[in-house]
Amino acid sequence: MESTQQVESTSAAPEEWSPSIVAFLCNWCSYAGADLAGMSRFKYPANIRIVKVPCSGKVDPMFVLKAFESGADLVLVSGCHPGDCHYATGNYHARRKLPTFRTLLEFVGIDPRRFQISWVSAAEGAKWAKMVADITELAEELGPFEYFDRLSDKRKNRQCRN
Amino acid sequence: MQELTAQLREKAKELLDAKTVDLVIGYGPTGDNGEMTAVFARKPEDVEKLGLNGQCFRNLAVYLNKPEVRKQGKPAIVVKGCDRRALNVLIRERRLAREDLHIIGVNCDGVGEPLMGKCKFCSVHNPEECDDVLGDQIEMPAEDGQFDDVGEMEQLSGDERWKFWSEKLGECIRCYACRQVCPMCYCKRCVVEKNIPQWVETSPHLRGNLSWNVIRAFHLTGRCIGCGECERVCPMAIPIGLINKKLTKLVKEEFQFAAGMTDDEKGPFSTFDLDIDTDKGIL
Repeated sequence: MESTQQVESTSAAPEEWSPSIVAFLCNWCSYAGADLAGMSRFKYPANIRIVKVPCSGKVDPMFVLKAFESGADLVLVSGCHPGDCHYATGNYHARRKLPTFRTLLEFVGIDPRRFQISWVSAAEGAKWAKMVADITELAEELGPFEYFDRLSDKRKNRQCRN
Repeated sequence: MQELTAQLREKAKELLDAKTVDLVIGYGPTGDNGEMTAVFARKPEDVEKLGLNGQCFRNLAVYLNKPEVRKQGKPAIVVKGCDRRALNVLIRERRLAREDLHIIGVNCDGVGEPLMGKCKFCSVHNPEECDDVLGDQIEMPAEDGQFDDVGEMEQLSGDERWKFWSEKLGECIRCYACRQVCPMCYCKRCVVEKNIPQWVETSPHLRGNLSWNVIRAFHLTGRCIGCGECERVCPMAIPIGLINKKLTKLVKEEFQFAAGMTDDEKGPFSTFDLDIDTDKGIL
């Protein structure tokens, strides 16, 4: 007991909080859009962590829950604009599934703004940079997502975040 | 009710004698309190165990998913209107073929004393497309306000809803009775049993409980027929049916869809409609 107290007291002042955002990007449009933003030297906040998936239709709601459980403050799913899906219809399915899931999260009391969905094409580097800046600002405004975090001790273990 | 029981026994005996079916899945009183549980009649003399009354809550469609039941040959199944909808969903999902089943429908004016909530709003008192129908046609208009309880919950603030659900779901002991009793939960390997990676934490702790109950309900979107068995069997009396009901309401409003009305419908997530789907809420 004594030793843990000592560890806590000797550890440095708590890091300044900044939001963690997990983004699931479709391989064909949004990931390329984010790539374009980088190549075009657009600046956007570095709070976002990108996971590449084959298609926005592939994003299982379980991914989103898992991201929240692992400490994400905001989750973004981004895919091709309707009509542009590489697999023809994947994003049409995502467009039904993901907003439904967001409503379900809202129903159990989770702020729906913490789960964002967007369409970003491979040519929209500027849109991507602006949107990431916007959602980072939103995540800062919403503050740490404590609902899941309070349930675990993971936040303590995530010393090196950001 | 005495009359219905006699009719059912007669029908079952006829089917088993003629070897039209190998097995009749029905209700029957068991135990000291005569609770109506599932009865499997394999021989003509077994039909005396069958019965029907106002306590036949169970949705027997769940047994049609069990390999040990399937391997006994062609079944006849006793269904109420709501259970008939479950069969429709199983048929459209290619779990069952209509011709492999003999359906004995029972016109039902509601179960439970007092009447179960779902029965007040029921629109399928008389099951359709059955091989045999027992009982008289029932004229019983559905009451309004099916989704009133969902509406009340929606009126609360996000924090109030979170408080409600974190208290309720915190009590979940993860017995998975809700899954076992559900005719639509037929995956051989459920998502909670997938452990590489461990998608849902298995200990009865709110973090995993929340994921489990949310994902269970989500997997039933556009498939749940609202038999309410999950809620009835929950040993902790968690109102999990309310989450399903919210999704039923959403599917009805957004996609104009109700599960199990016909056996060739397409579920809301296995199709899309460019005329009604919008980019609302998408950046």
